[in-house]
Amino acid sequence: MLGYILRRILAVIPVMLLVAVFVFLLLRLTPGDPAAIIAGDMATPAQLERIREAMGLNQPLHIQFVTWVGQLLRGDLGVSLISNTPVATMVADRIGPTFSIAILTILMSVAMAVPMGVLAAWKHRSAADYAVMTFSVLGFSVPVFVIGYIFILIFSLQLGWFPVQGYTPIGSGVGAFLSNAFLPALTLSTIYIALIARMTRANMLEVLGEDYIRTARAKGAPERTVLFRHALKNAAVPILTVIGSGFALLIGGVVVTETVFNIPGIGRLTVDAILARDYPVIQAMILLTSFLYVLVNLLIDLSYSFFDPRIRY
Amino acid sequence: MFNRPSLAFKTATFVTAALLGTTMLSGAAFAQSTVKAVMHSGLRVLDPVITTAHITRNHAYMIYDVLIAQDSAFQPQPQMADWTVSDDMLTYTFTLRDGLTFHDGAPVTAADAVASLNRWGQKDAGGQVIMDRTASLMATDDTTITWTLTEPFVPMLDVLSKQSALPPFIMPARIAETSADEAITEYVGSGPFRFVEAEFQPGLMVVYEKFDDYVPRDEPADWMAGGKVVNVDRVEWVNMPDIQTAVNALSGGEVDYVEAMQVDLIPLLEGDPNVVVETREPTGMQTMTRMNFLHPPFDNQQVRQAALKAITQEPVLAAMVGNPEYYSVCGAILGCGTPLASDAQTETLTQGGGADEARALLEEAGYDGTPVVLMAPTDMVALATQPVVVSQMLREAGFEVELQPMDWQTLVTRRASQAAPAEGGWNIFITNWMVPEISNPISNPMLNGRGSDAWFGWPEDETIEALKEDFIDAETPEAQVEVAQQIQTHALDNGLLIPLGQYTLPQARRATITDMIQSPVPVFWGMQKAE
Repeated sequence: MLGYILRRILAVIPVMLLVAVFVFLLLRLTPGDPAAIIAGDMATPAQLERIREAMGLNQPLHIQFVTWVGQLLRGDLGVSLISNTPVATMVADRIGPTFSIAILTILMSVAMAVPMGVLAAWKHRSAADYAVMTFSVLGFSVPVFVIGYIFILIFSLQLGWFPVQGYTPIGSGVGAFLSNAFLPALTLSTIYIALIARMTRANMLEVLGEDYIRTARAKGAPERTVLFRHALKNAAVPILTVIGSGFALLIGGVVVTETVFNIPGIGRLTVDAILARDYPVIQAMILLTSFLYVLVNLLIDLSYSFFDPRIRY
Repeated sequence: MFNRPSLAFKTATFVTAALLGTTMLSGAAFAQSTVKAVMHSGLRVLDPVITTAHITRNHAYMIYDVLIAQDSAFQPQPQMADWTVSDDMLTYTFTLRDGLTFHDGAPVTAADAVASLNRWGQKDAGGQVIMDRTASLMATDDTTITWTLTEPFVPMLDVLSKQSALPPFIMPARIAETSADEAITEYVGSGPFRFVEAEFQPGLMVVYEKFDDYVPRDEPADWMAGGKVVNVDRVEWVNMPDIQTAVNALSGGEVDYVEAMQVDLIPLLEGDPNVVVETREPTGMQTMTRMNFLHPPFDNQQVRQAALKAITQEPVLAAMVGNPEYYSVCGAILGCGTPLASDAQTETLTQGGGADEARALLEEAGYDGTPVVLMAPTDMVALATQPVVVSQMLREAGFEVELQPMDWQTLVTRRASQAAPAEGGWNIFITNWMVPEISNPISNPMLNGRGSDAWFGWPEDETIEALKEDFIDAETPEAQVEVAQQIQTHALDNGLLIPLGQYTLPQARRATITDMIQSPVPVFWGMQKAE
């Protein structure tokens, strides 16, 4: 097991290196100039050139690449071209909101979706099943920003239960944190509830037809035990995959929700950096999210053996 | 950020207020008033000399002060300093007023002002013109700055008092001695607010606190001039990339002020008695097109003339703004509502009916159907519709138009390319200016005719340069108006720009915010916040 983990972690290095080279080249080949953002609309071509020179953007590509890799190897993520702030500080400031909302979203989604999926499979072709499926289709089809605005309209503007926008770290108190984080997490949950509920239902349906379930029932096991101990545990592997990759997606791409609720997370940081062609920030963010993706996948793989003892490393 | 005071804090405040109740009129003395404002963009660059971005300039007006400032009649007025001019118009003497203090506690001296002016003079287009004519700029004592020119420069005070693109802000000499190409790293001014660096999050939130030692002038505030009396304790600029969220936050009372409203969202706020939508300043913005003088077909003056005749402002403005309350047809290249506005040569622009003339001009010029590459940014609300309407009008007059959609970042990079349109260059694009920043022929970037040193489009135009010299030498306001009219006629004849009209940016505020000053720069002095 330890050997497997080490091998997986070592395998990350060439992947990250490839990502780094790819991102570096892609960014440099995309039109767009950070100097133009700094200089503003009034700047003359000569002023632009001076700023480019001061930022090192007129250096040949390979020199820029070597400088960047050298910084990375020293553990230095560089300095934002636009705000002159260390990238590591910017990322550290922004990762908290994204992480906490992603975790809350996954918790809320799992808490609701798994029972819904189990119920739908257990009461196959009943009104409950159709209700869960209808909700899933809706949750998956309505765009997140529409759901976000509807929630803001109802829960913030009309009922006044939650603030419209902003973020309070959990360190300021769970109540204060939830007052800001609940609506965005609920908005994001609609997609994940739909996804996880469908996946749970499909796998439960498959498992419920297996011989060992019939055996368990024949032996007089209570229905709850049959459903949750025998069936759900065996249906867990694909569900876990969906939950894990959902979490990784949440970390990397909750831009719309962060924008709608004005949350200072890494999704918005990445998009702002892309719009400003702030290369050091974009590079750091892509590397970070790729690394998280790989890490989450590793954790999912490792957790398989817990649910399915047949899986060995 | 949504922080409710804790119960302990409320209790402590209550007990303290009760204890002191006998000596104080009310507990309001303890209330700290904070104004939360959503600005038009996030603040990222903090050095007002290195960038011309409006958000950085607005930030600079919070924390720095200027020697002299422009009032609503576009006239220079004393701010940090009074001035005298010698009879030969060669020596300007500025005397700093009493009580000027930097946020670090040091007094403002003439040496600080000289260092700041020198750094600014290397970057600003108007500043460079003054520096070219400067014999000496020195601090003759702690409060006196003596600026001696080699030849008279009539618009000297206009340039020094302008509020865009780079106003000459005064910083401590040790900071102002930073190279003009390198960003400063310490943000100490002597302005009415103090920058709270510990709470600054680039692109997200900027925090300012009232600077208690600031001594405002006695005159009432008028645009950037007059007394900067601060009535609130703290100002927070919150960046919200989504205007709908900003509107919701304003309705919900979480923010107090939205600097730039989108006109089509105004109806959402109109029925709300707690919110006021209004226009910040009467002159607003100019939207306009720029053609590339280097490549066919716009290297031909007749073809540029044809483009001008083909375009009518009204449909462009209607598509862009929609609500006529917020736009006006205006042919003045220096902006309507300014002292130098003129409507010479603008009949077809403002009234239409020029398409036939445009077709005739194109034929006369021998236009061979070379496609015109029109760059259209799709990610800027304020610039997304004009290219579509303009391209249609050009097509109707006989132009072949290739409308190329792209993001704004790509556009600003591509407009710097002097290559042929087929090889990554361009023929025409559209942008917007704040009227005060184009209201003077010396600082209007469209009126720079120095070929490759000029603004994107690179016209080589000796006549406009000569006319600008005439403007500099014009000694009376009447003479200036006369030269400005000649500049307008020539600029439109030669197609240096095609003005597409003027529009205003409405702002929205909670009704609890009052006494906001009308100004082209959003300022936070003067305003009051009722609890």
